[in-house]
Amino acid sequence: MEEILSVFIQEAREQLTDMEAGLMRMEQGDHDPETLNAIFRAAHTIKGGSGVVELGMIEKFTHVVENALDKLRNAEISVSSALVSVILNCCDHLNALLDLAENDMREADAETQAKGGALANELRGFLGGAVAPSAAATPAETAAAVESEGGGKTMNDCWHISVRFGRDVLRNGMDPEAILRYLLSLGEIAHITTLSDALPEPEEMAPESCYLGFEISFRSHADKAAIERVFDFVRDDCELHILPPYSKVADYLDLIAHLPEETMRLGEILVKSGALTQEELDAGLAAQQAGSAVAAQVEGGPPAPHLGKILVEQQMLQPEIVEAAVTKQKQISEKKADEARLIRVHADKLDHLIDLVGELVIAGASANLLAQKSGQTVLVETTSVLSRLVESIRDSALQLRMVQIGETFNRFNRVVRDTAKELGKEIELVITGAETELDKSVVEKIGDPLMHLVRNAMDHGLEPTAVRLAKGKPQAGRVELNAYHDSGSIVIKVVDDGAGLPKEKIRTKALEKGLISENQTLSDQEIANLIFEAGFSTAEKVTNLSGRGVGMDVVRRNIQALRGTVEVDSEENLGSRFTIRLPLTLAIIDGFLVGVEQSTFVIPLEMVVECMELQPSSEERNYLNLRGEVLPFVRLRELFEVNSDKPVRENVVVVKAGGRKVGIVVDVLQGEFQTVIKPLGAIFGHLRGIAGSTILGSGEIALILDVQALANLAAGAEERMHAADGALH
Amino acid sequence: MNATASTGRLAIDQDMTIYQAEALKDELMGNVTQTQVIELDLSRVSEIDTAGIQLLMLAKRECQKQGKTLRIVAHSPRVHELMDFFNIAGFFGDPLVIPARESA
Repeated sequence: MEEILSVFIQEAREQLTDMEAGLMRMEQGDHDPETLNAIFRAAHTIKGGSGVVELGMIEKFTHVVENALDKLRNAEISVSSALVSVILNCCDHLNALLDLAENDMREADAETQAKGGALANELRGFLGGAVAPSAAATPAETAAAVESEGGGKTMNDCWHISVRFGRDVLRNGMDPEAILRYLLSLGEIAHITTLSDALPEPEEMAPESCYLGFEISFRSHADKAAIERVFDFVRDDCELHILPPYSKVADYLDLIAHLPEETMRLGEILVKSGALTQEELDAGLAAQQAGSAVAAQVEGGPPAPHLGKILVEQQMLQPEIVEAAVTKQKQISEKKADEARLIRVHADKLDHLIDLVGELVIAGASANLLAQKSGQTVLVETTSVLSRLVESIRDSALQLRMVQIGETFNRFNRVVRDTAKELGKEIELVITGAETELDKSVVEKIGDPLMHLVRNAMDHGLEPTAVRLAKGKPQAGRVELNAYHDSGSIVIKVVDDGAGLPKEKIRTKALEKGLISENQTLSDQEIANLIFEAGFSTAEKVTNLSGRGVGMDVVRRNIQALRGTVEVDSEENLGSRFTIRLPLTLAIIDGFLVGVEQSTFVIPLEMVVECMELQPSSEERNYLNLRGEVLPFVRLRELFEVNSDKPVRENVVVVKAGGRKVGIVVDVLQGEFQTVIKPLGAIFGHLRGIAGSTILGSGEIALILDVQALANLAAGAEERMHAADGALH
Repeated sequence: MNATASTGRLAIDQDMTIYQAEALKDELMGNVTQTQVIELDLSRVSEIDTAGIQLLMLAKRECQKQGKTLRIVAHSPRVHELMDFFNIAGFFGDPLVIPARESA
C-alpha cells in the first residue's frame, strides 16, 4: 500500500475517533460550539484527505456528513439523539470504507454502497426537515452542497495582506523589501502584486518618498497578531489590512472599498492572486451596488472613504470573524507544534529494537558471567557498569512501547451508549486512570476481554431500570473502568453497581456441571470465581450480547495468555468487581534462577515470596508447615522426572500465584537474572508448567516455569491425597 | 527617420538605492525626454532597493504615457531577483526576465 494512503487511513481513523467522542459529548448535552466545530473540522479533514488520495467513495460520503454538520453548526437543524445516532453510524460506515481502502479496494462493493446510500438518505431526511419546504427530497443533495460550499465564505486558504507604505518609510531607513522578506519567516508568499498607482507625475515625485503598495496572498499558520508584528516598525507609517483565510466575500469588498485604487483594478488583483474567484467578486459587487443604491437614497450620497473613517471601521469590522479565524489559526499552529514533538514510528521498528535489546541483555549476562569466572576485578567492574547501562536501555526501550490505556477505555463510551440504547437501560460509564501506561502489545490484546466484561456488566450486572428503582438504587446504572499501577503490574478494574453474582445459583450450576462436589466448602470469592470455568453461564435469558456460556472462560484464557490474572468479587445487590492484573510488559521479566541437577529454570521474580531450606522431615509428604500455615509443594525433580540422586540439601521457593502460596522444591538457588522471554514452539503448546524459555549468559537454555499451573498442580495433588486419605479412613 | 538617433542607450553602473535616488531620477527622466526608445542596461547595478525599483517603474510609466518605449536590456542578478520578488517583471514586460511566479 502506498505510504500516503496508509498515513491517510491512520489519520482518518484518528479523526473519526475524535468525531465520535465529540458526538457523544454533544448528545450528553455539551452545547459548546467548539465541540461541534471540532467535529466539523474532523469531517472536513477526512474529506480533504480522501480527495488527495483519490478515494472518491469516502470523499463523497463524507461530503454528505459534512453538510449535515454544517447545518448543525449554522443552527439550521438542531441536535437530537436520533441525528447523533445516524451520524455515529456514518462514522462506522466511514470506518468500514477505510477498511476497504486498506485492502486496496477503491470502490465500495454493492452491499457497502447500499448501506452508505441508506445512511446518506437518512441524514438527508434530517436536513430535508429543516431546509425550506420547497426543497424536495431528491434535489436536497445538490441544494445542500451549494449552500455548504458557498456560505458567504471564500475557499481561499491564504491570508490576504494589503499594505500601502507611507511616504516617509524609505526616508526613515525602512525598506519595504526587507519587511516583506521578514514576512517570509512566517510563511510563504503565494502571490504578490506591486502597486505603483500612487506614483505621482515625475515632476512631483520625490525620489526618496515611497509610493508603493502591495497586495499579498500569504500562506501561513501564524496568527494575525504575528503577521501584524512584522509591520510593527512601519505601523504608524503605513496602511495595513489583513484578512484571515476563508474571509467572507463581503470583507474583501470592504477592503476594496477602503483601498485608494480603483475598484475594478483591485478586484482584478484579488482575483489574480487567488483571494477571490471572479464569480465571488461579480456577485459581491452586484450585491454591494444594489445595497449602496439604497444607502444613497437614505443618506443622500455614497460614503466617501477617508482615512479617519477607515480606521474606525477597521476596528468595527474586526470582531467575530477575524477573532474566530485567529483562534482557529492558533489551534492549527498549536496542533502543528504538538505534532512536531511526536514522531510516528512503525511498530515493527520498535519491536525490532526490543528484540535487539533482548539480545543485548543476554550477551551482557554472558559477558558478566565470563568476567566473574575470570576473577579479574577490573573486568568485573567494567561489566557491571555495562550491565547497569544495558538495564537502563532496556527500561527506556520498553518505555517507548508504553501507551496510555485511555484510548482503549474511550472506545467503551460508544459501546456503553449503544448497548444502553439496545437494552433500554440508563447507563453511566465512569473512567479513571486513563493515563495509566502499559505495553502496546498488552493494550492491543486486552481490548476483547475488557469488552466482554463491560458488556456482561451492562447486560447481566445492571438491573432493568424498574428493578433498580424498586431496590432504591439510582435510576442510572453505573459501570466503572479503572486502571492503576501496582508493584510491577497494571491493575484494571471493571466495576458495576448492579445485582451482583447470584452465589447460590452459581453453586447449584457448578454442582450440576460437576465442577465442585457436594461437601466442598467454598468461600464466597471462590464461588464467584467459578464463573470463569468453561461452559458456565447462569443467565436465564440469552441475549445477543452475552450469556451464551462461551464468555468468561475465554476471558480468563485471554488474560492468562498475557501472563495476567482475573478475579471477581461480588456482593449481592451491590454489584461486582472484576480485577484484571497484567504484567507491564511481555518481553522481558526479572527472573529467579533455580537449578535441578544440570538443568536451570526461571521463576518470575515478582511471584517469589521467600526461599528456605527443605527440612528432611518433609521427606515423604508434599506439604510443609510454614509458620503454622500448610504449604503444599511440588518437587521439580519429580515433576520433570530428573532421575538422579537427590542432593544433601534441597530448597523450597515459596511462590504466590492466583492468591495462594505454594512451594517449589529445587536443588539449588542461583539468584536473580534478567530474562528475555522466548516463546516455545507450537509443538510445546500443550506442555503444562512451562511458560517459555530463555537463554542464559552461558548460552544454555533455561525453561521459564508457569507458576500458576504449578500451583494448581500442587494444590490438586494435595486435594487428591486428602480424598484418598478420606477413603482409607 | 534614423532608428539609431531615436534609440538611446543608458547604462547605469552604480547602485540604485535611496542614496542615489535623487541623481538617478534626473538621469532617467532626462533620457526619457530625449529619445523615442530607451534601452536600459542594468547589468552593472550591484545593489538596488525599493527606491530604485520605484524609479524604474516611474520611468516605465512615463514612457508609456508619452507613447515611448523603455526596455531593460540587461539585468544584474540582484535586479533580476528583486523584480522577481516584487513580481513586477510583467509590468516591465522585458524578455530577459523569467519570473519564477506567474507574471502579474
